[in-house]
Amino acid sequence: MSTREKVGWGVGGLLIVAYCLFPIAWIVSLSFKSSSDISNGSFLPTVATNENYAQILTGDAAELFLPALRNSFGICLIATAIACLLAMFAAYAIARLDFPGKKLILSTALAVAIFPVISIVTPLFNLWREIGLYDTWLGLILPYLSLTLPISIWTLSAFFREIPWEMEQAAQVDGATPWQAFRKVIVPLAAPGVFTTAIIAFFLAWNDFVYGISLTSTSASRPVPAALGLFTGASQFESPTGPIAAAAVLVTIPVVVLVLIFQRRIVAGLTNGAVKG
Amino acid sequence: MAAIEMNHIVKRYGDGYPAVNDVSLDIADGEFMILVGPSGCGKSTLLRMIVGLEDITSGDMVIGGTRVNDKAPRERNLSMVFQNYALYPHLTVYENIAFPLRLAKVPDAEVRAKVEQSASILELHEHLQRKPANLSGGQRQRVAMGRAIVRDADAFLFDEPLSNLDAKLRGQMRAEIARLQRRLGITTVYVTHDQTEAMTLGDRVCVLRKGVVQQVASPRELYEQPANLFVAGFIGSPPMNFLPASAANGKLDTPFGPITLDESRAARVGDRDLVLVGVRPEMFEDASLVDEALLDRGARFSAQVDVTEWLGDSQYAYLPYESSPEAAAKLKELARELDGDQLRTQAIVSIDSASRIREGSEAEFWFDTRRIHVFDPQSGENLTRDEAAGAELTRQAGEDRRAQVERARARATVSA
Repeated sequence: MSTREKVGWGVGGLLIVAYCLFPIAWIVSLSFKSSSDISNGSFLPTVATNENYAQILTGDAAELFLPALRNSFGICLIATAIACLLAMFAAYAIARLDFPGKKLILSTALAVAIFPVISIVTPLFNLWREIGLYDTWLGLILPYLSLTLPISIWTLSAFFREIPWEMEQAAQVDGATPWQAFRKVIVPLAAPGVFTTAIIAFFLAWNDFVYGISLTSTSASRPVPAALGLFTGASQFESPTGPIAAAAVLVTIPVVVLVLIFQRRIVAGLTNGAVKG
Repeated sequence: MAAIEMNHIVKRYGDGYPAVNDVSLDIADGEFMILVGPSGCGKSTLLRMIVGLEDITSGDMVIGGTRVNDKAPRERNLSMVFQNYALYPHLTVYENIAFPLRLAKVPDAEVRAKVEQSASILELHEHLQRKPANLSGGQRQRVAMGRAIVRDADAFLFDEPLSNLDAKLRGQMRAEIARLQRRLGITTVYVTHDQTEAMTLGDRVCVLRKGVVQQVASPRELYEQPANLFVAGFIGSPPMNFLPASAANGKLDTPFGPITLDESRAARVGDRDLVLVGVRPEMFEDASLVDEALLDRGARFSAQVDVTEWLGDSQYAYLPYESSPEAAAKLKELARELDGDQLRTQAIVSIDSASRIREGSEAEFWFDTRRIHVFDPQSGENLTRDEAAGAELTRQAGEDRRAQVERARARATVSA
């Protein structure tokens, strides 16, 4: 590559990165602006202030934000864990076994995934109120499973298909029961796939707004995205832009941290060396 | 250690196609049996039925006196080396080899002793803490073998274990497998499509074609006394030449001139319009280099040389000939069945590397008519097969083998 080409690629890359990250930078910048500074017409705050963060962590909005943060973490982690575990068994069966209705399961999963959330939220609201699941953790975990399970089954079954079947047959010849072969050989090999799936599932649940706002009413189970929508300004003539920006930044942090932690586990080519090279 | 008996084994897939059709085969305790054949002949399927990874449609599989048809692979106590090794990538070499022992809940100290022992047999000591991904092809192959020998299995099964290695390494590993098997004296079934492996490793070789056993014999018998056209064409490289001929009054009329058969063979062949005469390349020679005394034990002919290939230690010449459409069609069909493709009818002859015969020239050749075979093109049957001579060859091979095993064991005891 000539120097010119290198410069060209570098500039192009920078442009794309700037384009993608600009909204995030804007939110960060907003979160440090004081309420009178929001419409100052410039990108950077005139004076950087942490009053927005103080407001959502210790101030007026804290009683709305902090329980919501706890709910979001709890509900999303539980939903992710259940989805991964169930999807692992389902995907293994789909990838390895031949049984009637296999195609049906996969297409049903896909159908569930593309079904618009908004169309079932009203009946679900009525049903949940009837059976006492309204405004509970379980009341959110169940619909979240409908978001996370299909995608988990699809991605995991793709991962399982990648694992050479001979691996498992070798284990069986070596004296393993089917369960031992699954646990000692297939699960460790599928670990990167499971982590990837877990991250995707967690994001899906974490980002949900419609279920969160419709199926909850108090801080007993209201997740963060719903709580953000309920922030109010200092007066009714003032919109709560600063605190929302600050909360958005805080909510993004765990997601970034998760990716950074699991990035090491999602090493491509863990199966290298298993078979001929 | 155990003998393996197969009685009328059939494997039929869902579409009714019999991948393995009525195979009966007895493998003696400690014997090295090779399953060989072109791709799709059912050899791997048969091996997988022995180990239990493939269901048996009908027939009995008996290992060490017990019928194992309905037993899971783990209950059969066999160990297998897969074509692509199937090492566990998340475990170190040590844990890979130890895996069968860990499953059997063997105490740690014993595991260490056994893994160390197999590692020293296979010279894997310095790699024990590495992961399979960091090993070379040959090393991975050795790890796969280590995992197979670490426990006291009743038999070893190999599924084309060397096909992923380059030619040089393949030669080394072949010798290694032979040495190991002699030393351990364990019943071994080895699937390959490579006839060098089949000829050098096996005590006996089972040639399969479309799921049917063609011949089970020692490599030497297969080579000298093939049962039919298929075996004759499959064993040997370059392959046996099949010359179309007509037979009458003990004489064969071939494109390379007439051949006179001795009385007993002439009687068996009889008079036929079309037979195929099988002549191995090395039965030919440059007529000018043949010893006077030998000349009248064979037939001389002159032919146009199309191409010559000089390989240093030997030399091949390609001699095209004319044949009837019927014979040509038959030869083409045979070539296709043997995974090859015959574009023109030609004979490949091996001549002395010192021969001055060059391509494009007309030259005098000689071939030894005492060792030729005559085949019926319709049934493929070898009309001139000498069963007694063949059986004698296999018996001799068996004796040699027993002596080898005894020597190997004696050596092992001395060194131990």
